[in-house]
Amino acid sequence: MSSRLFVALCLVPLAVFALTFLALPIVRLILSSGEGEAGWGIYLQILQTPRYLTTLVQTVLVSLAVTAAALAVSTTAGVFLTRNHFRGRSVLLSILTLPLAFPGVVVGFMIILLGGRQGLFNTLLPGHVVFAYSIFGLFLGYLYFSIPRVLLTVMAAAEKIDPALEEAARTLGAPQHRVVLDVLLPALAPALIAAGAIAFATAMGAFGTAFTLATNIDVLPMVIYTEFTLSANIAMAAALSVCLGLVTWVILFVARMFSGTTVAAGG
Amino acid sequence: MRIGKALQLAVTLLAAAFLLVPTIQSVLAGLTVNYFQGLKSGLTLKWVIEVWALYSGSIFLSLGIALACLVMTLLIGVPAAYAMARNPGRLTRALEEFISLPLAIPGLALALALLQLYGSYKGFRLSWTFILVGHVLYTLPFMVRAVMSVLAAIDLKTLEEGAASLGAGPARRFVDIVIPNALPGILAGALTVVTLSIGEFNLTWMLHTPYLKTLPVGLADSYASMRLEIASAYTLIFFVMIVPLLLAMQWASARAQRITR
Repeated sequence: MSSRLFVALCLVPLAVFALTFLALPIVRLILSSGEGEAGWGIYLQILQTPRYLTTLVQTVLVSLAVTAAALAVSTTAGVFLTRNHFRGRSVLLSILTLPLAFPGVVVGFMIILLGGRQGLFNTLLPGHVVFAYSIFGLFLGYLYFSIPRVLLTVMAAAEKIDPALEEAARTLGAPQHRVVLDVLLPALAPALIAAGAIAFATAMGAFGTAFTLATNIDVLPMVIYTEFTLSANIAMAAALSVCLGLVTWVILFVARMFSGTTVAAGG
Repeated sequence: MRIGKALQLAVTLLAAAFLLVPTIQSVLAGLTVNYFQGLKSGLTLKWVIEVWALYSGSIFLSLGIALACLVMTLLIGVPAAYAMARNPGRLTRALEEFISLPLAIPGLALALALLQLYGSYKGFRLSWTFILVGHVLYTLPFMVRAVMSVLAAIDLKTLEEGAASLGAGPARRFVDIVIPNALPGILAGALTVVTLSIGEFNLTWMLHTPYLKTLPVGLADSYASMRLEIASAYTLIFFVMIVPLLLAMQWASARAQRITR
């Protein structure tokens, strides 16, 4: 057997699997979205129906807020942990990356333990502090799984920055906030774009967390789920899925053009 | 300067507390007699035993699917990664981009797509292999990327030419040269696949049937319908399984990355 043929054969299992279980299902999903009463007008219908439009806006707003918060928290922590070596640093790092392997449902449960009816805050503070099932609870849940993802991306980039650059800026008399604004953040910018894209895309598509918190707030994945299971509105569920998938894919694709790899997972 | 550093430390500690405190709560709640009364009600393994009685099937199903998923990703992913590493170029990048779609498209949407196309084939739809397909779809890109990055870093061509000049055919070279050299990447990929498969929920929730509940599906079930102690004990069992896997995965990935540098 020629070497060329062998290498080509190596690709066969992947090609068969990807065609059968990825390409064809996606085509089917797109076709299903046009098979409802409205036909392809269903995509117009999304924009004209207040419920879907509000959901869309709400999902984008929560995801944006989570992205901003995760970037702020994880950049601070990430730069701090890269620059300072102290006892307990590796333990702190482990704690901060642990939730990487938590499914969205578990993250939802973590928020219930903090802010649910029997939660920590409600037990410690009088006055019945229950926030797990509100939009704030959802925000905290998304923040919970975004912090580790952003942190790892930021730290990988921060390790590559030459500390001499900052020292030079300081010797030239730059105050701390100018060093951060003019040296540190520009050097981190590609990583911040990548990490922000991951956080945003993951939050947009997060299903498990919203599902566990069972909030009254409509976010896109929950609406897709109810359209499919409760209303049996298959075409609308498919159309909303196509929109959601397209948005998250485009965001990650564009971010990858700015910087290295972006891998979003779970939620 | 000093204040700035203290502030950074405070943010770091606060973030760590936010992530850690509920996990500790969950561990404690799973081991206390009555969470509402607190630790003074005493420690017990009662809830863990009860979870085992209720949900051990879901734990074994998840382990079985994770292993099957590992076998599938090895069989599909390792040869493919080799072929892609041998032919770097635009086509390979496009293929990599395509099989990575399940990382960018939310699991819910992918599951809907699978259901639309294969939902009516009841024999397939109702079997555990339907869940397996979802898991392979989601974990395969991690295996391919892990192996590819290791193979891209070594001088595969020279090694293979050497073996070929000694008379080794392509299959022999794959087994004796490619696989041993790719091992660190295969190990990192394998641990990632198993960790992600055990924790997968977004696809699985749509693909599962009432008779086939995986661990995370069972978790969602217990969060919705069981008392807090049982939900916590179940989460505790999940942590005991997933945390060592995560640590091993991070160790193996760091080890594989040292090679690619």
